[in-house]
Amino acid sequence: MQTPPAEQTKARNVDERSVADARHDRFFHGVLKFSALLVLATLLGAALSTLWGGREVLFGQGLHFLTSNAWNPVEDDYGAVAPVFGTLVTSLIALVLAVPVSFGIALFITEIAPAWMRGPVSAAIELLAGIPSIIFGMWGLFVFVPFMSRIEPALSATLGKLPLVGKLFQGPPLGLGLLTAGIVLAVMILPFISSVMREVFQTVPTRLKESSYALGSSTWEVVWDIVLPYTRSAVIGGIFLGLGRALGETMAVTFVLGNSYNITSSLLMPGTSISSSIANEFNEAVGTHRSALIALGFVLFLVTFVVLLIARLMLRQLVKREGK
Amino acid sequence: MNDLAAAVEIPLTEVEENPKIKVSDLHFYYAGFHALKGISMDIPEKKVTAIIGPSGCGKSTLLRVFNRIYSIYPKLEARGQIILDGENVLDPAYSLNRLRSKVGMVFQKPVPFPMTIFENVAYGIRHHEKLSRADMEVRVEKALRDAALWDEVKDKLKQNALGLSGGQQQRLCIARAIALRPEVLLLDEPTSALDPIATSRIEQLVEELKSQFTIVIVTHNMQQAARCSDRTAFMYMGELIEFDGTEKIFTKPSKKQTEDYITGRFG
Repeated sequence: MQTPPAEQTKARNVDERSVADARHDRFFHGVLKFSALLVLATLLGAALSTLWGGREVLFGQGLHFLTSNAWNPVEDDYGAVAPVFGTLVTSLIALVLAVPVSFGIALFITEIAPAWMRGPVSAAIELLAGIPSIIFGMWGLFVFVPFMSRIEPALSATLGKLPLVGKLFQGPPLGLGLLTAGIVLAVMILPFISSVMREVFQTVPTRLKESSYALGSSTWEVVWDIVLPYTRSAVIGGIFLGLGRALGETMAVTFVLGNSYNITSSLLMPGTSISSSIANEFNEAVGTHRSALIALGFVLFLVTFVVLLIARLMLRQLVKREGK
Repeated sequence: MNDLAAAVEIPLTEVEENPKIKVSDLHFYYAGFHALKGISMDIPEKKVTAIIGPSGCGKSTLLRVFNRIYSIYPKLEARGQIILDGENVLDPAYSLNRLRSKVGMVFQKPVPFPMTIFENVAYGIRHHEKLSRADMEVRVEKALRDAALWDEVKDKLKQNALGLSGGQQQRLCIARAIALRPEVLLLDEPTSALDPIATSRIEQLVEELKSQFTIVIVTHNMQQAARCSDRTAFMYMGELIEFDGTEKIFTKPSKKQTEDYITGRFG
């Protein structure tokens, strides 16, 4: 070959370069895959280790653990129903209270607030998200519980008299209880839900909103018919982010829930939740008791998984109704 | 002599025109910026009026005052009068709901709502009237037929409107606007995001719709204004420079600025 040496080296350099590029890309893909798989491995590991640690009560007496509401460390008789009940009820109260308020905050910031107010209100919400849960617990116990015990007689006297829902608001005004814990949880998850909602509401194209206004819609109709459907999946995602936090929240709930293994129809009565049972008893638990607490951890996995699954199914149902 | 000049030779029989909208001394301010400076014009009923002018001349702003869509934003202010059927629509007492049922609007880019094709058209109607299911179906079909879209979508009314092509989406937006049976239809550069074939369909549609509606179209495309309008307004720097029959504007403009613009010397 008569090709000048300079060009030969150049061609060789280009070839080497592309080989090196391919190698780097393979390496890069490997790193990315590893990061993603690490999440799965961690999750699976945590689930399996709680399953293993709780095997004694989970499999020892058949389904007894999942169906009984006994919790008796003296006779080593354990059931998860009361903590699961408390976890679900407090989280549900939190959602019922926090979702509409977050919705209002997010809408106010994106659609209504004058420009100068948007920054400070958004910052305040983010700061609220940064408050540690132990602070919420202390505030709950020292400030909010006494307050609730003062207004609970009024609740029993008014809402308690209603048919159907009346049962929820009867009972002694202890201050501690499911309702109090639910309200504290609502305050804690509110910043998460509202900042997700605010972010996604901002992504709705102006022209879409203008088109709706041009047809004569009011602000409420634009929000309800255009903004919400457009951002639906992200909004539901935000709500479930909040729910996930509410289900697992420990310290704040432990302070104000009352920690008694009760299942009552009244929201004013004390109860317990999965995470607060674990936090309260882990120190002195040995043997079967310890196994029961670890098994509770596994049940929390299950509950969270089922709740998220339901969310996915609901979302799919919504999409179907829209005619994709 | 070219055709356009020949056309002008025909005496312009100014058919008696009822002004549908009378704009008088309209000023508009954008947070202090004076965007419209004393616009006065009579927009004839059941004709197509085109508004042309270089970018930033205020033509879209003017259109957006007609249905007060600007009022959803803070710090915008209109002064002056826009008389629609004898009433000043800028009067805060004039209900926005009534105004928007009388004055429909189609925007630059097609913006179907995230719902089915049928719902896109039915959505606006529901704000203003309570109709039975059967009546609603008739109304939606009529609107889609008028917008020359029915044949293309009649089998997929339950599908999401985002699956339509750009031109179809824009005709859907027109159907959505005319479904309310407005009297005035505002078109804000309705073809600027469309290909030439979709554009000519929209122009054809404008021609068909003018027997039913008073149409005001903002366009940056002078040929479009020449092709489909009866009257043309030329705006520059927030002022209405000239407003006359379309043929006259494009052949014998009386102002130097208009002539410079339509002959492509600026803008």
